[in-house]
Amino acid sequence: MIPAIDVQGVEKRYGKFTALDGISLSVEQGEFFALLGPNGAGKTTLITALAGLTRVNAGQLRIMGHDVVNDFRAARRALGIVPQEIVFDPFFSVRETLRFQAGYFGIARGAALDAWIDELLAKLSLADKADSNMRQLSGGMKRRVLVAQALVHRPPVIVLDEPTAGVDVELRQTLWSFIRELNTQGHTILLTTHYLEEAEQLCTRIAMMKQGKVVAMDTTQHLLNAFSERVLRVKVEGELPPAMLDDRAKQEGDWHFFTIHDYAEVEVKLAQLRNAGAHIVNLEVAEPDLEEVFVKLMHR
Amino acid sequence: MTGFQTLLLKEILRFWKVAFQTIAAPVLTALLYMMIFSHVMAGSNAAFTGVTYKQFLIPGLAMMSMLQNAFANTSSSLIQSKVGGSILFILLPPLSHWDYYGAYVIAALVRALAVGLGVFLVGIIVADIPVHSYAVIIAFALLGSGLLAALGIIAGLWADKFDQLAAFQNFIIMPLTFLSGVFYSIHSLPPFWQVVSHFNPFFYMIDGFRYGFFGTADVPLALSLSVTAGAFLCLSAITLYLLKSGYKLRQ
Repeated sequence: MIPAIDVQGVEKRYGKFTALDGISLSVEQGEFFALLGPNGAGKTTLITALAGLTRVNAGQLRIMGHDVVNDFRAARRALGIVPQEIVFDPFFSVRETLRFQAGYFGIARGAALDAWIDELLAKLSLADKADSNMRQLSGGMKRRVLVAQALVHRPPVIVLDEPTAGVDVELRQTLWSFIRELNTQGHTILLTTHYLEEAEQLCTRIAMMKQGKVVAMDTTQHLLNAFSERVLRVKVEGELPPAMLDDRAKQEGDWHFFTIHDYAEVEVKLAQLRNAGAHIVNLEVAEPDLEEVFVKLMHR
Repeated sequence: MTGFQTLLLKEILRFWKVAFQTIAAPVLTALLYMMIFSHVMAGSNAAFTGVTYKQFLIPGLAMMSMLQNAFANTSSSLIQSKVGGSILFILLPPLSHWDYYGAYVIAALVRALAVGLGVFLVGIIVADIPVHSYAVIIAFALLGSGLLAALGIIAGLWADKFDQLAAFQNFIIMPLTFLSGVFYSIHSLPPFWQVVSHFNPFFYMIDGFRYGFFGTADVPLALSLSVTAGAFLCLSAITLYLLKSGYKLRQ
């Protein structure tokens, strides 16, 4: 199957600064893929290159098999982008904005388009704002209109560049349940976000970028397993037996921390503690999280 | 509707929604010029035989208003959407440089013709305006407005801020239009300034347009038509090149 997004050896330089340093990655159709990295890592540059807004110095980018330069019409039809910045045209209402956006992609006006616009607005809790001027909307509402604009031409590939930055919890939930639904229907989703828990919950695969390079790319679970560890925290009666001190990763108050790699190791470690004479009064197992993976990779 | 047609409709609606400002205001400005200059210049020598100053002034004012509004339409649309960021909405869809050029220029022509017609309608109320050739009038109205629309695209692409565009308008467009012979025949100027006027392309647009009304002009029709059409084609080629290259639009 043709990859939804195919990036091969892409380089982008601004004078002496290298924003993208030989990036290669491929996102399969139907994937929910996250692109993570600190500010300035090159995520937005890569997205703008996919959108044809930035011209790269080397390499190729394809959307659904269409080159973003040589076959730009087909590539752009296949792509819907939700930009990071909130932008809007102050002359028009929400419905007009969406009709125009569909029209730019050659979609005829009529009942079918209006029904799709109504559906989008309902899904994004904007139905009552359809005829409001864009200027009258709050920041969160404008951001939802941007999502609707990216989807109005029904692209198979959707790119969301930090869509929940500064968005309240309720809206975030609404947005994610809708994006999940689109992904279930077969849409490919590429997401950049600073909320790592969002990427962990939603995305099946993750690429981490640093200084214009991909420093890690794997399934979310593999990344968590490879770069993060589970921690067994125990409280014991009195002091920890001396035989276990070398094994202990750290101590915080009454809690003693032991690194484990999987749940099977919990019982082994508890048995070692008991055999050493410890009387366990409390225990917890902390799951690995993406934040830990992120911090480790970025400080390498 | 195609992407081009949608962009054209959007560009037309953009000025139509604020028609009071984009059409009525320039017509009023032209009317004020008409009243003040025809009052001040009353009794002065007519530029052409059998043509009063008021008759002479009105076609020039109509053309000047068309040129200024064609420029204003494309340049303001571009700078507003660039500064506000909404230019993104037309950069993401599969539109070509011909689509952008066509939609922006045609929308500017619609506004320019609406303003020109408004000034002309006011003009025929206050003076008896003859028409020598509708074809010449329409040809110069379209070519001149198209030329300024293309120049407006170039200025809108080049400018990063509103004040840069204002400088372009105040230091290039305004002097060239005011010194183009709208308010006087260049034969009334000293010889040196007559020569200088011949280097102003706006002079040929005004002069050719005026020929369409009176059948007489400062320079032969073929010359003014050649200069206007040549300048239009030249600026259109530059505009298309800039749009295709993504100048200041795509990094």
